[in-house]
Parts: sequence; structure tokens; C-alpha cells
Amino acid sequence: MYTQALDTHGQEPLPAGAGSSAALAQRFQERIDVEEKIEPKSWMPDAYRQTLIRQISQHAHSEIVGMLPEGNWITRAPTLRRKAVLIAKVQDEGGHGMYLYSAAETLGISRAEMIEQLLSGAARYSSIFNYPTLSWADVGAIGWLVDGAAIMNQIPICRCSYGPYARAMVRICKEESFHQRQGFEIMLTLAQGSEAQRAMAQDALQRWWWPSIMMFGPSDADSKHTAQSMRWKIKRFSNDELRQKFIDITVPQAQFLGLTIPDPALHWDEAAQHYLIGPIDWNEFHAVLAGHGPCNRERLEARRAAHEAGRWVREAAAAHAAKERSRQSQAP
Amino acid sequence: MSSDWPLFEVFIRSRSGLEHKHVGSVHAADARMAIEHARDVYTRRQEGVSLWVVRSVDIVASDPEEADALFEPARDKVYRHPTFYAIPEEVKNL
Repeated sequence: MYTQALDTHGQEPLPAGAGSSAALAQRFQERIDVEEKIEPKSWMPDAYRQTLIRQISQHAHSEIVGMLPEGNWITRAPTLRRKAVLIAKVQDEGGHGMYLYSAAETLGISRAEMIEQLLSGAARYSSIFNYPTLSWADVGAIGWLVDGAAIMNQIPICRCSYGPYARAMVRICKEESFHQRQGFEIMLTLAQGSEAQRAMAQDALQRWWWPSIMMFGPSDADSKHTAQSMRWKIKRFSNDELRQKFIDITVPQAQFLGLTIPDPALHWDEAAQHYLIGPIDWNEFHAVLAGHGPCNRERLEARRAAHEAGRWVREAAAAHAAKERSRQSQAP
Repeated sequence: MSSDWPLFEVFIRSRSGLEHKHVGSVHAADARMAIEHARDVYTRRQEGVSLWVVRSVDIVASDPEEADALFEPARDKVYRHPTFYAIPEEVKNL
């Protein structure tokens, strides 16, 4: 990932003979159309820059807030093996947040500004993390369904037109696959366990199914950003296309587990060659997005508390670095 | 709003004998912390045996708009590649 600091060496001069912004925009779109990658110092329309800043920073915030629901179970993991795996997974989410913040910074926003937007509540993050993790099975359901849905969303972004975002996504997708498999393994172990364990797995599926389906965002008819994002090759598939793909691969997995997906309308449609689902409760989606989910307040409070508690560490490190620098400059 | 620690670019040597390659960046108060952060962020799966960190402000990059002027002159000099020269098949070891 290149960086914002690199960009301060100078604004790129406008290409010769391409004076008007319409000509620049047309040349930009031509580069996108032939699958050329856009890099930090390339000219780009302001709307492209702002769209990417919004999307990448929301994505980064999601990784950071996403550590909370699972972190809730680290001290109560049932075995040492599960505990080691869960710590590694949560650490990965933190790492993914770092890759993504770095990618967003190449567009000219500072890390501090993005953190500020998250903590003030101005920025959004994935609505899924505003649901509570009530049992150990939720850790399995999150890995299987939430990470499964995330992978489905993220794989096409590996080919995003913006180079730093695409490269960050390649790294993330490589690491994400273990997350989903460890989640499915937890579900499988519970599903093959005692009656109480099977009930716990079913209860987790019950609560996580619909929020996972909603992770793909509003239906295409209501998605205001989709068309432009597709033209810019930030997005490669529509929300509904990705949602359908996820449903088609996940239903057989639930059947293998012997668990029931909480949707009486769910059925295989022979003509469409797809599993079709019942209506999605978009009121719930919009309510959670607007801050009225079960854990919105708790999540933000946890992030703010962590930020405040870490303040003295950041200040001490900066003071130490300044002192070291002045010692070096005074040395004979 | 608090200000960020300086930015460092991170380079990893993935195996002994290979060159260091750019992988991303980290914020850190000083170079030593940058190495530690780079270890945590970029080498959780044995991605490397050696790390370099360089302050991002110390890197000078070529301008994409000058790419043609810089790199185009090499395009028509195919005679710099061995495959440009036709050698009879019976001649060996060339």
C-alpha cells in the first residue's frame, strides 16, 4: 500500500491537453474500462475518491468493531485449542482493520480522522456486529455465516479498480478462509454433540441467519450506490446477486449440519436453479443501521473506552520517541 | 483530534535468499516500534524472515504522468533481449 505521506511530495500535474474535467473524467473511465488499476497518485474524480474513502473506512471500522462480539468469548472458550484459534482470529480482524486503514489513508484521509469518525458515531460499520454473542455456538455461527458472507462480498473486491484496496483485499481473503472453516467446525462439533449442544447450535443459527442475509445490504432496487460503483469497478456484483450466491452455498451446509434455517418460505426453485428465501425484514436492517440494534451503544462505548484507556500509552511512546530524537541530535 | 504517529513503509524478505518486497505500511512512534508493529500486522503466518521499515516521507516516487517519458524509450529496443537474434538450430550452447 502506498501512503498519504508519499502524496505530499506534490500534486500530480494535469495531463497535457486534457484541460477540462470532463476530458479527465473520460480518460479516467477509459482506464477503468480496460482494467487498468488506479493508484494513489493517479488523477481520479472526487466522487470516486469519496466513495472509496467511505467504503474502505467503513470496512476497516467493521473489522475493528468485529473484534468485540467474539472477544467476548475468549476467556470462556471451551478448550485451549478453541481459545488459541479464537485469539488468532480476533487478532486477524485487528490486522485486517490495519490493512484497510492504510489503504484508505492513500486517498488523503488521516488515520486519526477515521478513528474520530468511528468514535463520534459519524461513521458506519457493518450492522451485524450490533448483535450480541449469547452462547459459545454464536462464535461458530459468526465464523460460518458472518465470515462466509464477508468472503462472498470481499472476493470480488480483490479485483477492485483501486490498487491499494484490491491488494489489501487479496491479503484479507487469504486469511479469512480459516475463519469460516473454524466456525463451521464449531457448528459441526455441536451439531454432532448432545441434545443440549444441538439446541445451542440451532439457537445460534436462528439468531444469526437473517442478520447474515442482511449483510449484503439493501436489495438492488433500493441500493443507491450500486450502479456508479459498478461503472467504476469498485463493485463487480450487485447486492442481490451476492446474497443469492451465499444462500445457494449455505443452505446445503445447514442441511449437512442437520440444522433448520429459520425461514418457512425457503425452498429450492427448480426453474430458477436457486434456493429462494422469504421476505427480508428491512425495517430491522434500517433500525440497526440507525443505531437501534441490541448492541450499538455498547460497541461504541467499548471502542471509546479502549481509545481513552490507551491514550497514555500513545502519549508516552510519542514522548519517548521525541526524547530519543533530541538525544541523538545532541550526541557529538 | 489527536495526531497520528509517523507512517513507515514495510518491506519483507519472505525467505532467505530473496529480496525484500513492499507489503504495506504501519504507524509507529519510532523505527523500533515500527518493526514490532510490522511483525504483528504483516507476519502472523511466517510471511518473512527479515523486515525493513522506512519512513514514508523519505521515499521519493516517480510521477505516473512521467511514466511514458521514463519507460517508453525501452519499448522499441527489443534487441536487448536474447530472443531477438536468430541462430541456426544446429548451433549449440548459445
